[in-house]
Amino acid sequence: MDIKEIQELLKSAFDEGIGEPVTDKPVDPYITVETGKIHAVCLFLRDEERLQFDYLSCLSGVDYDKDNLASVYHLYSFALNHKIVLKVIVPKSNPIVPSVYDIWAAAEWHERESYDLMGIVYENHPDLRRILLPEDWEGHPLRKDFKVPEFYNGMKIPY
Amino acid sequence: MDKFLLDTFGNELIKDLIIPIPLFAFVVVFALYAVLAERKISAFMQNRPGPNRVGGRTGVLQVVADALKLLQKEMVLPFRADKLLYNVAPFVVFTGTLLGYAIIPFSSIYVGVDLNIGLFYFFAVTSISVIGMLMGGWASNNKYSLYGSMRSVAQIVSYEIPTALAALNVVMLAGTLSMQKFSELQAGGIQNWFVMGGPGGLSKVIIIPFMVAAALILFISTLAEANRTPFDIVEADSEIVAGVHLEYAGMQMVMFMFAEYAQMFAVSGVLVTLFFGGWQSPFGDAIPFLNTPWMQFAWFIGKGLFFVFVMIWLRWTLPRLRVDQLMHLCWKYLIPISLVIIFVIGFYLVV
Amino acid sequence: MAEIRTEEMILNMGPQHPSTHGVLRLQLTLEGEIVIDVKPYIGYLHRCFEKHCEAMTYPQVIPYTDRMDYVNSMSNELSYVIGMEKLLGIEVPERVEYIRVIMSELQRIASHLIAIGTYGNDAGAFTPFLYCMATRERVLELFEITCGARLLYNYFWIGGLSHDIPSNFQQKVKEFIKFFKPKITELNNLLSFNKIFIERTANIGILPADYAINAGACGPTLRGSGIKFDLRKNEPYSIYNKFDFDIPIGQGLKGTLGDCWDRYMVRIHELEESVKIIEQAIDNIPEGDVQAQVPKRVKPPVGEVYARTETPKGELGYYIISDGSLNPFRIKARSPSFCNLSMIRALSKGYMIADVVMTLGSFDIVLGCIDR
Repeated sequence: MDIKEIQELLKSAFDEGIGEPVTDKPVDPYITVETGKIHAVCLFLRDEERLQFDYLSCLSGVDYDKDNLASVYHLYSFALNHKIVLKVIVPKSNPIVPSVYDIWAAAEWHERESYDLMGIVYENHPDLRRILLPEDWEGHPLRKDFKVPEFYNGMKIPY
Repeated sequence: MDKFLLDTFGNELIKDLIIPIPLFAFVVVFALYAVLAERKISAFMQNRPGPNRVGGRTGVLQVVADALKLLQKEMVLPFRADKLLYNVAPFVVFTGTLLGYAIIPFSSIYVGVDLNIGLFYFFAVTSISVIGMLMGGWASNNKYSLYGSMRSVAQIVSYEIPTALAALNVVMLAGTLSMQKFSELQAGGIQNWFVMGGPGGLSKVIIIPFMVAAALILFISTLAEANRTPFDIVEADSEIVAGVHLEYAGMQMVMFMFAEYAQMFAVSGVLVTLFFGGWQSPFGDAIPFLNTPWMQFAWFIGKGLFFVFVMIWLRWTLPRLRVDQLMHLCWKYLIPISLVIIFVIGFYLVV
Repeated sequence: MAEIRTEEMILNMGPQHPSTHGVLRLQLTLEGEIVIDVKPYIGYLHRCFEKHCEAMTYPQVIPYTDRMDYVNSMSNELSYVIGMEKLLGIEVPERVEYIRVIMSELQRIASHLIAIGTYGNDAGAFTPFLYCMATRERVLELFEITCGARLLYNYFWIGGLSHDIPSNFQQKVKEFIKFFKPKITELNNLLSFNKIFIERTANIGILPADYAINAGACGPTLRGSGIKFDLRKNEPYSIYNKFDFDIPIGQGLKGTLGDCWDRYMVRIHELEESVKIIEQAIDNIPEGDVQAQVPKRVKPPVGEVYARTETPKGELGYYIISDGSLNPFRIKARSPSFCNLSMIRALSKGYMIADVVMTLGSFDIVLGCIDR
């Protein structure tokens, strides 16, 4: 099933909050989804007979633009061998996205990583801690406006 | 030899002091070179040269270099460890092993003491090393060490049962507990060894398979008692790093290593004495030259080294068992089988 | 008699531990030998791969991908360059594709040999490890005559290769294949069908198929659960659709489907399949250039791509976003070991300490890939 059909299916299931598929840019087309809807959309994508997206291939946090962050979901279906990309755009001032941990267990560590490096807070995540960086690290390094601190725990960071 | 020494010095005490000296010398030299043998044999099995720098291409002096290095090392006391127990433990382990050597008959003219309860004594004193392991593991104040010591206690105590049961068959056939007597009884060539049913008429053919099985059980369970692979869960490096030895360094570490290698020969010695003719030549008196007292040393040590080699061979071939599988093997297979063997042997003796 | 007070023991396995395959810390909550809970802590090897990439130009990222899964560098590069070629719309010459396939399959053999060898070592058998390393050495020699490096190659470039293969390469590979084929049988005799090894791995760390998919398992870990999925077949990239090979899956021969032995055995069979692919490819390398037309300054158009390939460890994906400048806007690496390791908690509850080691080993993790 290609992205147009998937989008139409989604449109018919959810009244609003589903963006138009972006296909003009090179390669991977994607659909933008409203923040509040993402959990319901993902659940629908997984459980709908014609879609069956049972595999969360990748979940990434992206510093989308000056004011926004994005959480990007790469989904794949083993059963039907098709894929889709979802994007959720949240403002940097209030970066809260519902967790999809209960839909795909794979999301647990991906969401922790995204929280750690990008600072997106995943609601209802069972164990949202830093994963790659030390617990007491300040800031989220993959944001474009991140400044490397001069000191960490009293140690000078030489770069 | 006792008599010769008594005649020379005319003093009971001096004799008693001299008798163990060759034993000590043997244990130290054996333990050192068993390490080298282990490394060389493993290297041979793994297509690599092994130690080849110190002492020429064979690396014979490698162990001396290692020993010198370890002697100079600081003995580290871990943070908040129990100082007394920590320092005593390696020596307890080593003492337990060394005491076992007292009754091992190297030749018809040489045995530390020919106790009339020799075998019983051996099983009793080798258990001392368990206490040492427990002390060391607990005193190290390290969880890995604690796990190692707990495993070692469970393992060695369990495996003493099949060891004793398998040895019991020979005791029943021989009617004695003295190690020297066992060896003497097996005179007359390979057909009279206890693994072949011991001395006796044609009817003993029936028990040969059972005696072979008993020898096998004794070998397997002594392997476990010496903490060798596939039963080396006590120091399983991929699980609990090094178990009891984890915190030890320098000479204390050496003591543990010595105890392990000395134990290997001790249990092989017991196995040889019980089942494989002790110091008897396999040709019996057919070739008298091969059965002189001095050749008996060679036979005994040769047979013992063969089983040590088998232990090394197994170590570098087999993976290790898990702790519960180890117990299953002991309680579900070895003990019932050895009980059956005892029953058969007893039945044979009565009939 | 008063009740004995007992409490659970917390054991920190790692960061320095022989069987965590790197600097991984597992916090085990234990009741005697039984594991109640496992809490993995990662990040000890974090080298800011993704942040670094943002300051690099696109070709400069390739050496960094080498260092992610450092026993498997060729496959890491392949995934990245395929993504970049998709983004740039470059067609690579067929010769390049052939060489890339041969190199990735050789790399797969090398990587699986490490996985199998260290797995034996985890079980306590040290000898197979050295046999595997000695065999792997022959693969590294092939890489060395090709690009001079033994571990970190920087060989696949965007649009081609850094340079051509040497003239005696094909002959050397054939020699290697001849040498390698009997080694698989030897390995089977030595380790795979050893009674104790089967006891240690069968029925341990059982991964049911539905949970495997749900938790994002990939590679041999996924196939060990009986799912016939391989990106080389299901989503063919490069020229894998030209070759005839099977996807080995776990069958639960010695225990339950999806146990550690199945995952291990999938790797053994994959060695055979890789040999098959190399044999088909090695004689058919067409003549031609090894570099497509690539602009000197790689400047992809605005856009994004998610490229995934089947590395020995599983599905390695690069999510590359370009903002039209010389530097990537964002590169996210979806590492296979990362997803596989996240299942360790569910898979080791209720087993023993020794089983946690075996389960961990059966995922074939490399911490450089997890921490990036």
